[in-house]
Formats: sequence, structure tokens, C-alpha cells
Amino acid sequence: MNDIKRAINHRKILKQKLNLIQNELSFSKTHKMDVPKGLYEKCPNCEKTINKKLNIQNDYICTDCGHHFRMRAVDRIHYIVDRNTFIERGIGYITLNPLFQHDYEDKIAKYKKSTQLDEAYIYGHAKIHGRSCVVGVMDSYFLMGSMGSVVGEKVTKTFEYAIYKRLPVIIFTASGGARMQEGIFSLMQMAKTSAAVAKHSRMGLLYISVLTHPTTGGVNASFASLGDIILAEPDALIGFAGPRVIEQTIKQKLPEGFQRSEFLLEKGFIDQVVDRKDLKSTLAKLLTFHQRTNS
Amino acid sequence: MNILEKENKLKTLEKQIEALGEEKAIEKIKEEIKNYKKNEMTKLTAWDKVLLARHQQRPKACEFIEYLSPDFMELHGDRQFRDDPSIIGGIGTISGTPFTIIAQQKGATTEENIQRNFAMPHPEGYRKALRLMQQAEKFNRPILTLIDTPGAYPGIGAEERGQGQAIANNLMAMSQFTVPVITVVIGEGGSGGALAIGVANKIMMLENAIFSILSPEGYASILWKDASKAPLAAEEMKITAKDLKDFQIIDGIIPEPPGGAHFNKEAVFKETKTSIINAYNKLKDLTGPELYYQRNYKIRQFGFLQRFNYDNLGGNDSDIYKNIRNR
Ligand SMILES: [Zn+2]
Repeated sequence: MNDIKRAINHRKILKQKLNLIQNELSFSKTHKMDVPKGLYEKCPNCEKTINKKLNIQNDYICTDCGHHFRMRAVDRIHYIVDRNTFIERGIGYITLNPLFQHDYEDKIAKYKKSTQLDEAYIYGHAKIHGRSCVVGVMDSYFLMGSMGSVVGEKVTKTFEYAIYKRLPVIIFTASGGARMQEGIFSLMQMAKTSAAVAKHSRMGLLYISVLTHPTTGGVNASFASLGDIILAEPDALIGFAGPRVIEQTIKQKLPEGFQRSEFLLEKGFIDQVVDRKDLKSTLAKLLTFHQRTNS
Repeated sequence: MNILEKENKLKTLEKQIEALGEEKAIEKIKEEIKNYKKNEMTKLTAWDKVLLARHQQRPKACEFIEYLSPDFMELHGDRQFRDDPSIIGGIGTISGTPFTIIAQQKGATTEENIQRNFAMPHPEGYRKALRLMQQAEKFNRPILTLIDTPGAYPGIGAEERGQGQAIANNLMAMSQFTVPVITVVIGEGGSGGALAIGVANKIMMLENAIFSILSPEGYASILWKDASKAPLAAEEMKITAKDLKDFQIIDGIIPEPPGGAHFNKEAVFKETKTSIINAYNKLKDLTGPELYYQRNYKIRQFGFLQRFNYDNLGGNDSDIYKNIRNR
């Protein structure tokens, strides 16, 4: 009798803990993203100081030169999906430290706090102009949006959830590549995510990948390049090897605009470069084109 | 003392035999050499293995192919841009069964290395590999890939022609094949450039081969801003065959003679051949969908993470560190 009581008690405690963690990770908390510290910031393109609040109102686009600032994952979701339709999935993954790197856990904890995310990627069910889809967003503020085991797993889950629900997938990529702190496991995520895309594709479902600044390395060489339709934001850095690595290898300076969206559009690796202002309507249009009538 | 210095010491010992005429002294030094080989040359650190994997005399892919399949016929070109010499592709029989063989080829000499681009493929190399593998799929032929590359080439031309896209396409297509795919890492397996021909039903590694996300030098210079700490990085990154076996990333290790594969190439080739045939015998009775499922199941398991649930809150029952802790 005592054992049963203890077990029930134990269960209760566990449940409380779960609630605590879920509350901590729930999307509503990240909802109220603050205005970043400091009221002014410098545009990296035209070097003009601009008011941050104005910048945010202008969707993180420089009012002067049209430079697209990097966007946090949460802001991106609020910007792209219909109001109050985003339901986050895949909560509760825990990043581990397979190589026993001595400061990796601290680093993760630090980024968790500063970005209010549990990893560099979030996904969920959402609606864009009333059309259901699965939206995934990478956050380049979380350790350069690098892909470790958890990010790879969540990307894979994105596609598996979409297969289950027969929905199109839209992923916004922003990543410096694979996460080297997790060693070989990060590398293998490339195979895992690519296989997931293939499975989704075999079901005849649509996958749109939107490349934002920066998309390089392992992410570029896996799911980011496998979209049925690949869009990109203007002037985003997109490539497999980083520009610094290339410069070191060939020992000469790279030409202006190399590895930028417009360059890749010219070389034929991107369907369209879309301004942020038109992004939502473009996505909605594409979703309409691919809507299934007899399902 | 790293492995290259040890090797030099061994050579000086061997030279001493010639210098001495007396039988007794010869016997003594021979004994010393034997002991040295047995005791010192087998004690390898991770950095030693990196050096061995990059060793100039290490057997190259084409030597493996020559031994495995004497009737190998090379097929060139990606049908779009050009033939990439850093990837060899073709058809050959291995103990009676025709295989499509794809391999990354380092050069034995400096000139050959320059011609082969130090086994760093361009996108057209990956597209050639993909073309040949799709051909294998069409004719229901098993695929063998041999990995030996520092990584995909980072250059202007490679980027212009879509390095990332070429690798991604390979990864996606290889996961879908319904023929047996066997991969052997024979030397260096560097990042996505290696994985792009390595999505397989069975992945094996030579004992002193490495498979890593980036070079130890790169790791050290990014993390500690000091490329000379590469030996430390090699230790920390867990890139040797044994580590990866513990991580359950690879399925088998092919033993090498003490001191590395170049001390007894013949033996290594023989071991490799047996391992490949064993792996193939296990796979050949599976049907196409079973092979597809087996490979995808294996890929799906990759990763080191936990998800919050009731089971992993309290106890140590689901201890996923158990394979790799305390080593
Ligand atoms: Zn500006």
C-alpha cells in the first residue's frame, strides 16, 4: 500500500516538474520579445544610425538603403504567420554534450537565456493567409544557428509531422553550418534531414525553403538546398564554404557580391529573390498554387 | 613522440642492422625492432591516427580497387560540365558480383595530387557519382564507395556550380536507393564532402582512418584560435574508428598491421575484401524495400539527444552516455 502511495506521489512530483519545464519553454513567453538594448543601431550596409523602434516597425529593413537585418526566429514567425495561429511543436528536447566539451553546456545555457529559445530552431503548425502549413524557423542568434543533434532531430520531426498531417512545409534557414561542438553527430544530421525531405517529397507534398542571411555549411548542403521551391532574401550570404575559407584556400580576394542571393539567382540555384515585404504574399500565393482540391 | 617520429626511429634501427656485421648484434637489434613494433607502434593517440590517415604512403583508393576488382572499368564524366579526377567511378566485379564502385582518389605523388586536386571534389564530381549510382540502381547493382578526402573543395568555381546543392542532392538520393550500399572509409573522411558518398547500409572504417566534421586544425583554430593545438583537438573531437563504433555511427572496423596500412598493404587489402564480402552477403538477401528501410532506419537513429519525458527525469535507467563515458 505504501509503495503505491509513494509511486503516486512520485508521479505527482514528476508532473509538476514537467509543467514547470513546459511553462518555461512555451511559446507564449517568447511572445513578448523586447526591443533590444540601446535605442539606435548602425546599418551594416550604409552605416547610417537608425532608430531601432522604427527599424522594427519597418520589419527590420533599413529605411534608407533597404538592407535586410537578421531577424530572430520569434519575430519571423510573428511576421510571417497569421495572428495567433502558430502552435509550436517539438518542445522539450534537451541538448547533450557527447564530446564532453568543458564549456558547451554553459554556452547553451547562456544562449537559451538570451534568445528565450530551447534550441536554434523552432517549428509548428501555422496558417498563412488562412492556408495551413508547417513552418520552421532557424535562429541565427542561437550559436550562429548551427545544426546539432537537436536541431537535426527537430527538422526531421518537422517533415514527419507534415507527412502525418499531409501539409506543406516552409523552412526559413539561417545557419553557419553544422555544430562542431557535437562532432560527428552534427555531420550525420545532414543525412538525416535530407532523408526526411526525401520522404516528404515522395508523398507528393510541397516544401518551400527560404534562405536568409546567412545560410552556409552543413545546412546549405542538406535540407536548405532541397526545396521544391527555393526563395531567398536579398543580399543574403548563401554558400557551402565560408568566404574566409575560400579566400585562404585560393589566396586571393573574392569578387564583390560573391555568394550573395543575386549571384546564386544568376547561377541558377534559386527560384527567386523576394523582398521581405513581399515574402508573406509570395508564400501564400505558392501555397494556393499547390492546394489540393480533392482531399 | 607522434607516429611519424616513431616510424623514423624504426627506420634508423633497421638501418643499424646493415651497418653491423656480427650475427649476435643483428639478432639483438632484430629483437629490439620486433619489440618496438609490438609495443610502441601499436600505442596510437588520436593525433597519430590523423597523421596515419594522411600518410603519403598510405594505400590509395585506386590500389584498393586494383586488388578488389582486377577487371575494374572506369566511367568518366557527369554529362554536364566535365570529368572530375578527384572522384573515380566505374564498374567492376568483386568475387564474382558486379559492383558500381565510387572512390575519392588522392595522388601518390605531388604531381598526381595536383591533378587529382588532393581528392577534394568539385560539384561535378558529386554529380558524376550520383549519375553512376543512379545507373547502379537502374541495373540493380550493389554500390561500393571508398572515402578518402579532406573535404569538398572550397573554391570560386565550386561555389558557382553549387557545391552545397550537389552534396544535398547526393545525400537525398542515396537515402532512397533500393540496392545495397557499402561504404569503407580508407583514410580521411572530411565533413560533408565525405558524407556525400557515404550514406550507406553498412559503413566500415579502417582502423587508423578518421571521419570528422572538420579537420582538427580547423576545430582548434575556430575554438581556441590556435591551429597548433590540433593534436588536442583530435583527441577531443572523437574521430577515430573506435570512437565512432562506440557512438554507433559505423558498423565495423577493419584491422590494420601495427604502424599503419602502408606497412603491409596486401594484408589490409585482404581484410578489406573479406569485410566487404561479408557485409554484402548480409545485405544481398534483403529485398529492395527492406534495404531502403534498413538504411533509413539507421539514418533516423543518428543523433545524441534526449527528449523530456517521465522516464528520463529521475533515474539512470535510460543512460545514453553509457557507451562513451569513462574512456
Ligand atoms: Zn542602410
